[in-house]
Amino acid sequence: MELETRIYQRENKLGFLKHLKESFKDIYSSRFLARQLAERDIKAQYRQSYLGIIWAFITPLATAAVWIFLTLSGTIQVTETGIPYPLFVFSGTLIWSIITEAINSPSQSTMGARGIMNKINFPKEALILAGLYKLLFNSSIKILLLIVFIFLFGIGFHWSLLLLPFGIIGLLLFGTTIGLFITPISMLYNDVAKIISMGLTFVMYITPVVYIIPSNGLMREIMQLNPLTPIILTTRDLLTGSTPDFLTYYLLVLAFCIPLFFIGLVFYRISIPIIVERSN
Amino acid sequence: MKENEVLVKVEGLSKKFCKDLKTSLWYGVKDLYSNIGGNKNSSMLRDKEFWAVKDISFELRRGECLGLIGHNGAGKSTLLKILNGLIKPDVGKVTIKGKVGALIELGVGFNPILSGRENVFNNGAVLGFTRKEINGKIEEIIDFAEIREFIDMPVQNYSSGMKVRLGFAIAAQMEPDVLIIDEVLAVGDVSFRAKCYERISELMHSCCVILVTHSMSQVSKICTRSILMHRGQVEAQGNNGEVIEAYYDDNHIEDKPTLVHSDKCFLESFNINENVFKGEIKNLEIDISVISEIAIDEIDIGIFLMSRELIPICQVNSKMFNKKISLQTGCNRIKFTIDELHLNTGTYKFALTIESLNPNKIYLWIQNLNPIKVFNKFTLGSPIIIKGNFS
Repeated sequence: MELETRIYQRENKLGFLKHLKESFKDIYSSRFLARQLAERDIKAQYRQSYLGIIWAFITPLATAAVWIFLTLSGTIQVTETGIPYPLFVFSGTLIWSIITEAINSPSQSTMGARGIMNKINFPKEALILAGLYKLLFNSSIKILLLIVFIFLFGIGFHWSLLLLPFGIIGLLLFGTTIGLFITPISMLYNDVAKIISMGLTFVMYITPVVYIIPSNGLMREIMQLNPLTPIILTTRDLLTGSTPDFLTYYLLVLAFCIPLFFIGLVFYRISIPIIVERSN
Repeated sequence: MKENEVLVKVEGLSKKFCKDLKTSLWYGVKDLYSNIGGNKNSSMLRDKEFWAVKDISFELRRGECLGLIGHNGAGKSTLLKILNGLIKPDVGKVTIKGKVGALIELGVGFNPILSGRENVFNNGAVLGFTRKEINGKIEEIIDFAEIREFIDMPVQNYSSGMKVRLGFAIAAQMEPDVLIIDEVLAVGDVSFRAKCYERISELMHSCCVILVTHSMSQVSKICTRSILMHRGQVEAQGNNGEVIEAYYDDNHIEDKPTLVHSDKCFLESFNINENVFKGEIKNLEIDISVISEIAIDEIDIGIFLMSRELIPICQVNSKMFNKKISLQTGCNRIKFTIDELHLNTGTYKFALTIESLNPNKIYLWIQNLNPIKVFNKFTLGSPIIIKGNFS
């Protein structure tokens, strides 16, 4: 039997496609490892907590509750959203939380594995995959919750709900792609993670999460350009059965994300040794 | 499986590190981007950088074991990390054939909240086992670690020894072609350590081993040859005996006597009539002067010979002889003659203790005295040579 030969050297002779191929090979071979890592994190998380699963959705629900309170008490006036406002806010914050979690997922997984990364050589793609598994787990809980709301607010079943899994995959693809590009730099500097989490709270307000796009003004322009707008709106439309207004832009963003995701994977792959070298 | 194939080939390997954290991080960012376009000027040192590993070359065949020695910060662990594929070299090339197994730190990634059994699956997965493989090996792992009783208890309640045992038991299931070991075996109790050695020597038959250690006896016992590293560079390479000697010369412990304890007694002089020996030590006369502030009735004088690692290897005590020795106030002279002693090639140092027998109290304890050098035809692993005859 011919032994597998590995060559370690500085020169980066492999082309992009070669790297991508290796990356996919490692993703495939690390299925078990990724599942194991995801299972470990989920188990450990819930074993040490009483409220357990509730933590997955308590923050978006709390944000939503604040907005519902603000509107109901008349503190702020929100333009008519077309669907019951609580449902609008709940769906907005829950979908938003899926995106932010997806953006943070690659760097969180990688950060959590720092201790083993400089001791054991394993396919690092497993960390990304494990992150995705965890995202799928958390997202499906949120989606179940949303479907319960759909029925509670009397919207009921409609066929576009069946497309929701694709919507979720779109959310995860979008978030993870951004996350992959951030990860190598945020592994070097703590500042990056802080900037991202702060930035995202601002970005939420230029995205139709808790209110709709205004009919005119600067905010309208910004919101319509914001690539997060079609992501949020289209997913919400799938949920409520409305006609998606931003479908073209949505598909365009996703189509753009796919090659970016591959580039992100390769960037992540070749960055790992540099990060390992600097993290002890 | 070819018997003598070269499994590890290292050619002109160098790696640079940065002394300053902020600069290091900034270089990291730069490297992230220069990496995309391939390499540029990676063989030049930038500001505040130094070579952690410089120009290392060697080859290792199946069945061989290479000992890597050198004092702390010599670049051994960096070299291991490169060989393990964790970090990339800046210059040079490593070619490794076959599966690499690394025993660098045991039980890495154990989650304290999960049970031992769950952690076996996690750790096994990180080491590259499939679920099927782990299912097939779990009983063997539990038995090897000797923790069947506690396997379903959270790992946070394990003792550190139990964690290491479980870690080793998992890692020991690997069947690597290249095995990298970094001093992990310095832990655990004696019986488990013996078990580890047994397993490693089993593995060694079918692979090649790179062993980082500070124990010279381990090097001479296990390794087929060795490399001494100093500030990232090879200082000596090849035959164990020569490399070990070079290690000791490099790792010079100061020749000044060290006073461990002194109470009303002081050593004035410790003289020997010879300090270099070819072959056996014969008629070595030791002349000791001790100044005491008080008179002590019935004392025991202990004279020790210690290895360079300051481990006592042989001793003589005056209480073993039927002669009462007492200390008077003022200067006391004590003489002892070593009739015959057979020591292995190396440097040895004396140590002296003086204690009263009744009550038992230490008055003087001083070590690192008068180094002596012994040269023999062979360099062997253990310090004392047995005198006898083969027939």
